[in-house]
Amino acid sequence: MSATVETLEAMERPPVSMGSRLEGELLEVSMGPQHPSTHGVFRMNVALEGEIVRKLKPVFGYLHRNHEKIGENTSYLGSMPYTDRLDYFCSMTNNWAYALSVEKLAGIEVPERAEYLRVILAELTRLQNHASLLGFLLNDMGAWGTPLMYAFREREKILDLFESLSGSRMMCDYMRFGGCRVDASPEWLDYAKKIVDRFPRFVDELEQLIVGNEVVIARTQNVGNVSAELAVSAGITGPMLRACGVNYDLRKVDGYGFYPRFKFRIPLGEHGDTYDRLMMRLLEMRESVGILRQAFEQLPSGPIINPKVKIRAFRPPVGEAYGRIEAPKGELGFYLISDGGPNPYRYRVRPPSFINLTILEDMCLGHTVADVMVILGSVDIVMGEVDR
Amino acid sequence: MIGTGILKGMAVTARNFVGSYFDKERLVTVQYPEERNPLPENYRNFPFLIYDGDDAHAGLRCVACKICEKECPPQCIYIVKSEDKKPDYMGKPQFYPKVFDIDVSVCMSCQICVEVCPFEAIKMDKDFELSTRERFDALLMRKDALAKSNDYYRRISPSDAREVDAKLAAAAEAAAKKKAAAPGAMPPAAAVPVASN
Amino acid sequence: MEALEQIKARVEAAVPAAKIEIVQNASPSQQHSLMIDNEHARDVAKWLRDDPALRLDFCSDVTGVDWLDRTLKKTIKVKKVVDGEEKEVTETTEEKIPGYIEAVYHLYSMTHKHGPVIIRMRTPDRGENSRLPSLMPIWRSAEFQEREIFDLYGVKFDGHPDLRRILMWDEFEDYPMRKDYREPDDYEYEPTPHDDVVEKAKRYYASRPQSDGAEGIVEGAKPA
Repeated sequence: MSATVETLEAMERPPVSMGSRLEGELLEVSMGPQHPSTHGVFRMNVALEGEIVRKLKPVFGYLHRNHEKIGENTSYLGSMPYTDRLDYFCSMTNNWAYALSVEKLAGIEVPERAEYLRVILAELTRLQNHASLLGFLLNDMGAWGTPLMYAFREREKILDLFESLSGSRMMCDYMRFGGCRVDASPEWLDYAKKIVDRFPRFVDELEQLIVGNEVVIARTQNVGNVSAELAVSAGITGPMLRACGVNYDLRKVDGYGFYPRFKFRIPLGEHGDTYDRLMMRLLEMRESVGILRQAFEQLPSGPIINPKVKIRAFRPPVGEAYGRIEAPKGELGFYLISDGGPNPYRYRVRPPSFINLTILEDMCLGHTVADVMVILGSVDIVMGEVDR
Repeated sequence: MIGTGILKGMAVTARNFVGSYFDKERLVTVQYPEERNPLPENYRNFPFLIYDGDDAHAGLRCVACKICEKECPPQCIYIVKSEDKKPDYMGKPQFYPKVFDIDVSVCMSCQICVEVCPFEAIKMDKDFELSTRERFDALLMRKDALAKSNDYYRRISPSDAREVDAKLAAAAEAAAKKKAAAPGAMPPAAAVPVASN
Repeated sequence: MEALEQIKARVEAAVPAAKIEIVQNASPSQQHSLMIDNEHARDVAKWLRDDPALRLDFCSDVTGVDWLDRTLKKTIKVKKVVDGEEKEVTETTEEKIPGYIEAVYHLYSMTHKHGPVIIRMRTPDRGENSRLPSLMPIWRSAEFQEREIFDLYGVKFDGHPDLRRILMWDEFEDYPMRKDYREPDDYEYEPTPHDDVVEKAKRYYASRPQSDGAEGIVEGAKPA
């Protein structure tokens, strides 16, 4: 396909002063699946005019593992380890979303201690996800790995916590229907409290490294602007939506999992550009530390799983349910239809990264190729979730 | 002045660099394989079968009930039941697995087989240094590679092993009491000892 | 947020020709849905988005569900005359429901922070008539998700600007998520085959030996 300058819409044409030099065709580049900065196997067909992007079509499917069909052939419990592998950075929140949907479907109650543990682990996941995202974004901008390694240093501490609790660093398979699998010992809680107390120092360092940096400001301000109406219509959720100024956080709106008991604020941006999205994550990390401190204080003792739920031969009643949580990347939802058997009839994941990519073309038009990487980095995608 | 942001960032980098000589927290590199981080007790890798005592065949706890095979999400376990029976730790004759294979390239270490096993026969191992020189045959772990003794399990997960041993000892006691209390009962059969050395 | 029956009444008042039914949801989640006919779906959706009380501007999830031909058996008690006496007899009736593919939309509101309102659309059949109106002009978030339903279920959306395969490659034929999808006849060696996979495996290579040397183990002997 070769489009020329004349075939573009009037508003897409370059300003007149450049038009005299550019009478050629658009150059089609495939920023292909093998790329160090595309956060996985992700391909973008961009049509360039010089350095400016005129068209951008994302191509997915390189990591499609047909998770939904596997879910139809596996029992409800057997799908839980598969949900770890959706957004492989944040396995605890994936597990929680799935457990929440099944609990809605079958009407299962969760004991208090289990809900508090779930909140603690979800906020820890949010901390390590946002830290690594900032590291990766700066890496894509050319910071040669230094902020990434600082972020990973903190992430390693949190992953050590997950390892000593659930047995595995990333694929935790920790939540069960009606509670959690393993109880947190007092030593683990002490260790976690120490890590959380040290975390604000790391966020301060990261802020000093990133926020005032002139290169970051020049590359991210007014790049990839999204208006609030477009964001709402396109179904964007998560920090990307709040950077546009829309106050919609599922932790406050739905109030699942005892979040109403904690006091925390929701940071909102104004411009909807990349710099705001970056700042969203920094500010959310601070709020998460606050939630964690409150959760550690309020954690009660008690059972961690509802004893009435069967592990084998678990058959929820006929019906359907849609359960959603605020994952670090956006709204992660599971839609389950049950026909009374041991396997779900329809098992669907609503992936936040996939939906957030809807407006990638709108964000990148008119910017240069280098900005495309920065914008893609700020959308925060993980291909395991986009392709499932 | 332009550039102060970058200078502040450089101060952070310098602090981290210089601090890594003095502060343990800033120097996080572990010189593997000379130093290793200690693994937490809950860490899990691939599953293994437990046998009591010294004999991998006579003491094998697995009774080939095939529950783990059914519940395994990627279906990586393959069991063939034997035709004859052998006595288990309580003296009752039970089937045993003639073939018990786990396809390690498929297993995702989800631990569901451990959760559903009613006989405490399969547990999670901690060994992750499993590289071999061949690609296909070495990825199928057969029964003799999977069967490890209860002493090994006690060494790698002491608190879990203590719980399991206590549970099995309590079950053996209850079964012996029931047999002795039944009217006109035979004297309790000589059970294969459980917690041998 | 108002109850579903009220919403239904108001929609029928606003879009007179639309045919809407409430589909009950038997599970404890109590998430009942509205089924909308295909002709007026876009008008109904536009009304749902623009109505000031509802303002459902966030389409969170678009799902495709495949239903094959089903027969429902119902047992009802009927008064019949048996041997000159009127008695109540239980009769079983069979109802054949033809198959269809449906698209389920979960709608929430970001301005009023309520929801969900779930709407469903069904195709007339699973063959050539599997077309649905695209709701992308109303909610932009349906763009990729309707493409995914087209890719995996084969439902064509009229009015979608860019309907092509999204997760499978472009030259792929057939629709993988349908319940009657037959996998292609290619096979790789699998060391632990189960159930129906064993049948397929037997066609491609000699069946594996049923013993692995276990017959050589003697009781009391140490393992090799």
